[in-house]
Amino acid sequence: MKASILFDFLVFPGIVFTAGLGLIAGWLDRKVSARFQYRVGPPLFQNFNDFFKLLGKEAMLVKEGVPWLFVAAPLAGFAVISLVATFVGTALFFGRDTGGDLIVVMYLLMLYSVTIVLGGAAAGNVYAGLGAGREVKLLLADELPFILACLVPIVHAGYRPQLADILARQAEHGMLVGSVSGAAAFVVALLAVQAKMALPPFHIPEAETEIVAGPFIEYSGPLLAFWKLNQFMMFVVFPFLLILLFWGGFQLTGPGVVWGVLKYLLILVLMIIIKNTNPRVRTDTAIAFFWKYLSPLALAAVVLAVLGV
Amino acid sequence: MGWYNKRLAKSLWVFHVSASPCNNCDIEILDLLTPRYDVERFGIKLVGSVRHADVLLVTGVINEKVAPRVRRVYEQAPKPVFVVGVGTCPISGCCFKESYNTVPRREDVIPFDLYVTGCPPKPEAMIDAIVKLVGVLNA
Repeated sequence: MKASILFDFLVFPGIVFTAGLGLIAGWLDRKVSARFQYRVGPPLFQNFNDFFKLLGKEAMLVKEGVPWLFVAAPLAGFAVISLVATFVGTALFFGRDTGGDLIVVMYLLMLYSVTIVLGGAAAGNVYAGLGAGREVKLLLADELPFILACLVPIVHAGYRPQLADILARQAEHGMLVGSVSGAAAFVVALLAVQAKMALPPFHIPEAETEIVAGPFIEYSGPLLAFWKLNQFMMFVVFPFLLILLFWGGFQLTGPGVVWGVLKYLLILVLMIIIKNTNPRVRTDTAIAFFWKYLSPLALAAVVLAVLGV
Repeated sequence: MGWYNKRLAKSLWVFHVSASPCNNCDIEILDLLTPRYDVERFGIKLVGSVRHADVLLVTGVINEKVAPRVRRVYEQAPKPVFVVGVGTCPISGCCFKESYNTVPRREDVIPFDLYVTGCPPKPEAMIDAIVKLVGVLNA
C-alpha cells in the first residue's frame, strides 16, 4: 500500500506524469498563441530545453531580503502542486481517494499562491514586492467565486466533499455541466482558474510591461526552472480538476481515453483562447468582476444546486 | 557539456541592454519577434529581467554615464551569458566615435562575444549572428 502511494506521488499521476504532460501543454499554449498572431511558434520540445537549460545555469541569491525563504518558496510550491496533482489524478484515473478531499485541494491551491507571495516578498526587490502584493489582491478576488463554484459538485454529491463521491454521482446521473447549476459553476470556475494561474486577462501579478516579471524577477537558474515547471504543471492540474468536478471524469478504458483527452484539450484550448483574446485588466476591475458579477452567479448556482436543478 | 550546450543553443533567452543607442537598432531587434521573422521558432525569447537572460543584446555606443550601469547589468546576469553587440556603434563607435562622451574601449566595459554589423543591421543579419552563436555552442 505504501509503495503504491509513493508510485502515485512520484510517477503516475504525480510528479513525472504531470511535469511531462505540463511541459507539452505549455508548448501547446505557446504554439496556439503563436498561431493566433500568425507566427510559427516554438518546436515541440521547447519547454524541455528551457527547463534543462535553466537547471544548468547559475542560481543567484538575493543580498537584501530573506535568502532561505527565497530558495524555499519555489520548492514548496513544487511540493504543493505535486500533491494536488496526486490527489486529483488518483481520483480522476483510479476513482480512489488518496487521503485528500476537495477541501484539501482548495486549501493547497490557495497555499500555492501563498508560496508565490512569500517568494516575491523575500526577493528584496521593489517589483517583486509589488507583484507579491498584486498576487494577494488577485487571490482575494478569485478565491470566493472559486470556492462557491466548488460547492456545487459537493452539493450535488449529497454534501460529501470526497472526490470519488463527486465522480460516482456523475457516473450515475451524467455530467454535472449538463445541469443548469453545473454549467454556471463551470463558467465561474474556468474564469477563476484563469486568475489562479495568472493567465491573461488576469496576469496582473507578473505584468510584463509594467513590473517585468513580478514575483519572479530576481529568480535565476534552477529556482526559476522550478517556478516555470510549477506553472506548466498547473496547465495539467487545473483542467483535470475541472474535468473531475464538472465533466464526469476520465476513464482509462476503451473510448473513455479518447473522450478524456478531448475533454482535456477542450478545456485547455478554451483557456488559451481566453488568454489570447483579452488584454490585461486593472486590479480594481478584476476584483469588481469577481465580486460583483461572478460571485452572485456562483451563489445562484449553489442555490440552484440545493434546489436540485 | 555537449548535451547541455545543445539545450542552451535551443533556448536562448535574450535581454536587451540599451547602452545609449540612437534607437534604430532597438526597433530592428523588435522586428525579430514579428510574424515575418518570428525567432521563437528557434526558442529565442525576449525576457524582461536580466536574471532570466542567456544573451545580452547591447545596442549603442557605450557612453561614460551608462558604462557603470552596463557593467552592473552584465554582473547581474547568471552565467553562462553571451554578449552580442548589435550595430556599428559597439564595434567602432560609428559617427559618435569622436564624441567627448563615448567610452574609448568598449571591450573593457563588457566582454563582447559577437558583433552584428550594420547601421542598423537587417533582421536577417541578426538571425545570421544568432545562428553562428548556436553553431559555436553545438560544435
